[in-house]
Amino acid sequence: MTTPAIELKGISKAFGPVQANKDISIRVMPGTIHGIIGENGAGKSTLMSILYGFYKADAGEIWINGKKTEIPDSQHAIAAGIGMVFQHFKLVENFTVLENVVLGAEDGAMLRPSLAKARTQLKQLAEEYELNVDPDAVIEEIGVGMQQRVEILKALYRQADILILDEPTGVLTPAEADQLFRILGRLREEGKTIILITHKLREIMEITDTVSVMRRGEMTATVKTAETSPPELAELMVGRKVLLQVDKVPAKPGEMVLEVKNLSVTDSGGVQRVKNVSFNIRAGEILGIAGVAGNGQSELLEVLGGYEFGTGEVKINGEPIDLTGRHSNGQTRRERGIAHVPEDRQREGLIMDYMAWENIAFGYHHDPKYQKNRLFMDNAAIRADTADKMERFDVRPPNPMLQAKSFSGGNQQKIVVAREIERNPDLLLVGQPTRGVDIGAIEFIHKQIVALRDQGKAILLVSVELDEIMSLADRIAVMFDGKIMGERLPEKTNVKELGLLMAGVAGEAA
Amino acid sequence: MEKMPKWADIFLIPVVSLILAAIFSAIVILAIGEDPWAAVKLMVKGALGSTYAWGYTLYYATNFIFTGLAVAVAFHARMFNIGGEGQAMLGGLGVALVCLYIPWPHWSLALIGASVGAALFGAAWAAIPAFLQAKRGSHIVITTIMFNFIANALLVYLLVNVLKPVGMMEPATSKFPKLIQLPSFRDMFSTADTIMFRGAPANITFFVAVAACVVVWLLIWRTRLGYELRAFGHSESAAKYAGINPTKIIMVSMLISGALAGMMAINNVMGEAERLVLNAVEGAGFIGIAVALMGRSHPFGVFLAALLFGFLYQGGAELALWTSIPREMIVVIQALVILFTGALDNMVRMPLEKLFFSLRRKPAAKPAAAE
Repeated sequence: MTTPAIELKGISKAFGPVQANKDISIRVMPGTIHGIIGENGAGKSTLMSILYGFYKADAGEIWINGKKTEIPDSQHAIAAGIGMVFQHFKLVENFTVLENVVLGAEDGAMLRPSLAKARTQLKQLAEEYELNVDPDAVIEEIGVGMQQRVEILKALYRQADILILDEPTGVLTPAEADQLFRILGRLREEGKTIILITHKLREIMEITDTVSVMRRGEMTATVKTAETSPPELAELMVGRKVLLQVDKVPAKPGEMVLEVKNLSVTDSGGVQRVKNVSFNIRAGEILGIAGVAGNGQSELLEVLGGYEFGTGEVKINGEPIDLTGRHSNGQTRRERGIAHVPEDRQREGLIMDYMAWENIAFGYHHDPKYQKNRLFMDNAAIRADTADKMERFDVRPPNPMLQAKSFSGGNQQKIVVAREIERNPDLLLVGQPTRGVDIGAIEFIHKQIVALRDQGKAILLVSVELDEIMSLADRIAVMFDGKIMGERLPEKTNVKELGLLMAGVAGEAA
Repeated sequence: MEKMPKWADIFLIPVVSLILAAIFSAIVILAIGEDPWAAVKLMVKGALGSTYAWGYTLYYATNFIFTGLAVAVAFHARMFNIGGEGQAMLGGLGVALVCLYIPWPHWSLALIGASVGAALFGAAWAAIPAFLQAKRGSHIVITTIMFNFIANALLVYLLVNVLKPVGMMEPATSKFPKLIQLPSFRDMFSTADTIMFRGAPANITFFVAVAACVVVWLLIWRTRLGYELRAFGHSESAAKYAGINPTKIIMVSMLISGALAGMMAINNVMGEAERLVLNAVEGAGFIGIAVALMGRSHPFGVFLAALLFGFLYQGGAELALWTSIPREMIVVIQALVILFTGALDNMVRMPLEKLFFSLRRKPAAKPAAAE
C-alpha cells in the first residue's frame, strides 16, 4: 500500500466557543484529486488553513508523505511541498507574471539572475503541464483565468507536490473552468496531488477521484467519486434529503411590468458599466441575467434599485421612473412597487450591527404601520412583524432581538428575502440570492422566488451561478462587458452556449 | 463570535479601566514624592465632600454632558465632531446676544430664548464643516478643528472691537441684567435655616442637561431620524441601498451636535459668568470627546462619564490648591483616564473576554467529558 501524500489525524480547532473542526482524519493519496465539499461554515477553509500553517490546530497531527510534520507557518508548508491557490488571488496587480512568480522566492539581493532562472523554469513548466502564460504580461492586463494559472505556476515554481485550490471556479466562466480542469488533470498525470475545495457538486463529480464531505466541523464521509451521486453528496452535506431541481410549472407571462430601453450606466470613475441595454419582463416570469461577476450586472441592479444613476428609459407598469437620482432613491423605488434583494447582503441588504427587527424595517422604516405617531417609531409593532416573518421564512434562531451578524449566511439571506418578498412587490430585483448560502436555505429561497412568480409578479434574477439561472429563469439574458450578448430560453440552450456568450463570443444574432 | 454579557461590557470594562488609570496615577504621584492616598482623600473631599464641592462638580459635569452628547450624537452617524470647543464658543455668543439685546421679562423666558440662541449659533458653526463634508468630502475632523481656531479669532475680534463696553479694561461683554439671572443650586435648595451650595456655580442648567440626555436617547433610539442616523453610521452602503439621503444625515447629525455643544453656553455664560468672556469654554469641548468615548455614545453613559470628569476637574483643582502637586498633574490624571477608557479599551476587553469564554466553556465541557 502506498503512503498517503497527506494524512491528517484527529485535527480539532476551536475559535472561542465555536468548534470549527472536530476530530478530523483524512488520507489523500498521491497522484489523485481529492475533493472536499461542504456548505459555508462547514470548516473546509479552516482545515486547509491549518494544513497551510495559517492556524495552529488545538489537537491532531499532520503527516506528509509518511512523515509527521509540524506546520507552524506557511513557509514550512511550502518547504513541505504544499502550494495553495486562494479564492482571492494574492498577486501584485502591476507586476508582470514573471515578477509575481519570483516574488518571495528570490535567490539573492540582485533580481536579474532570479528572473532569468525563473524564465527558463516557467518555460519548462509550461511545456510539462500545458500551462501557457506570457511571462512578461502585466497581471492587471490579463484575464482572471490567466491570473489563476499564475497562482498555480507560483506554487509549482516553489516545487509544490501538493496543490490546494480553494473554490477555484468561483470567478471563472464555464469555458475557463473546463480549461482549469484540463490543467488539473494534466497535473494529476504528472503525479501531483490536488485538494479541491468547493461547494459545487458538479465539479466534484467531474474531476475528483475521492471526495470528503464536511458538515458543521465534522468529516461526515469520504467516498470514491465513482461510487456516489450528487443527491447522495447533497444529503451528506446537509444531513437530510434535498431537492436539487426546482419544481416549477411553465410561466404564464401577463402584462408588461418592466420595460428597459437603451439603459446605460457610467460609474463615478467615468467607466461605462452598462452599455445600451434593453429588455422587458412581464408579470409572472423570471428573467435571469447570467454573466461572470463584474460585467455590469451589479450596476444594472443598482440603477433599477434607485441608488446608481443612468441614462435611457425605464418604465414600470407603463410609467417611467427617474434614472438621474434627482427625484428618486431606494425609497421612491419601493413606493413604485420595486423590491430589491441586493447582491451583497452584508454591505447593502443588512446592517450587521442592527438587530433582526431593525433590519426587517430597513428601507421600509417609513411604513405607516411601523410608526407610533408622528415623532416615534413603533418598535413593538416592528418586533411583532419580525417574529411573524421569521417564523414564516423559517429563520433560525427565530429571535428578533439578535444582531444580523449572529445569524448564518443562509438565515441572514432569509431575513432579507422575507423583508422584500413580504412587501408583495410588482417587480422583485434579486442579486446572487444564494451566494454563501447553505443548500437547505437555497432550496427554500428558490421556492419562494418561484412562488412569487406564480403569483404573477415580475422577477429580475442576477446570478453568477449558471445552474441557478438555468433552473429558475424563464428567459436567460447573458451580460458581458456591460452589454446583453443575447437572450435564450433555458430549454433551448446549454451551459456551453451560455458560457461562450459569457466570454463575449457572440452567437447568432439574438 | 459570542459576546460577553451586557453588564460586563457596559460596567466591568470601564471600571477595570478606571482602576488601572488610578493605579498609574498613583504611581506618577508617588514618583513626584507625594502621597497618593492623601491626594485621593483630598480629591474626594474637594469634589464630593460638601454641597459647595458638589456645586462645582455638577457645574463642570453640566458642561461635559452637553459637549459629550454633542460628540455622541455625531458619532452615531460616524461623524467625528472635534469642533465642540468652537461650537460652544459660538453658543456663548448666541447667549450673550440674546441676553443683552432682548429685554426679557423673566429668567425662565430668557432661559428658553438663550437655549434657542445657543443652539442656533452652535448649529450654524457646525453647519459649514458639515456642508463641506456632505458636498465636497472635506474631512469633518480637519474642518471642525480648523473651525475651533476661527471661532476663537472671531470671538477675540468681537469682544475687543464690538461687544466690549466703552471704558472696560478686559475683553468681555457687560454683565447681563440681574432680572434674568438663572437660579443657582443655592437659590433652589437652601432652606431658611441652612444655606446649601454656598458660592458654587451649579445652576438650573444641570436639569436642562439631564433633560437633553433624555431627549437625545429618544431621538437616537425611538425616532425614524435616529434610526436612519444610526443606519448611516453603521453602513453607508446599506444606507444608500435603503434610500437614506447621506447629505441629509450628515447635515442633520452635525447640526444637532453643534446645537448641543452650543447649549453648553447657557451653563457657563448665562448661569455662571453672566457675561461673555474670552476662553469661556475652557477645553470642555475637547473633554466632551473623552466623555462620549467613555460613555459609549449612550446618553446615560455620557451622563455618568460627565459626572466622573466633573469630579476629576473639581478634585484636581482642589489638589492644585492645597498640595504641592502641580496643576499639570491633573491633566496627567485626566489623560490617563482618557487613555485607559478610550484608547486602550481593547487592552482590558480582550483578556476579560478570554476569561469569560474559559469560564463559560468549563461547564459546557463537563457533560462532554462524561460521555
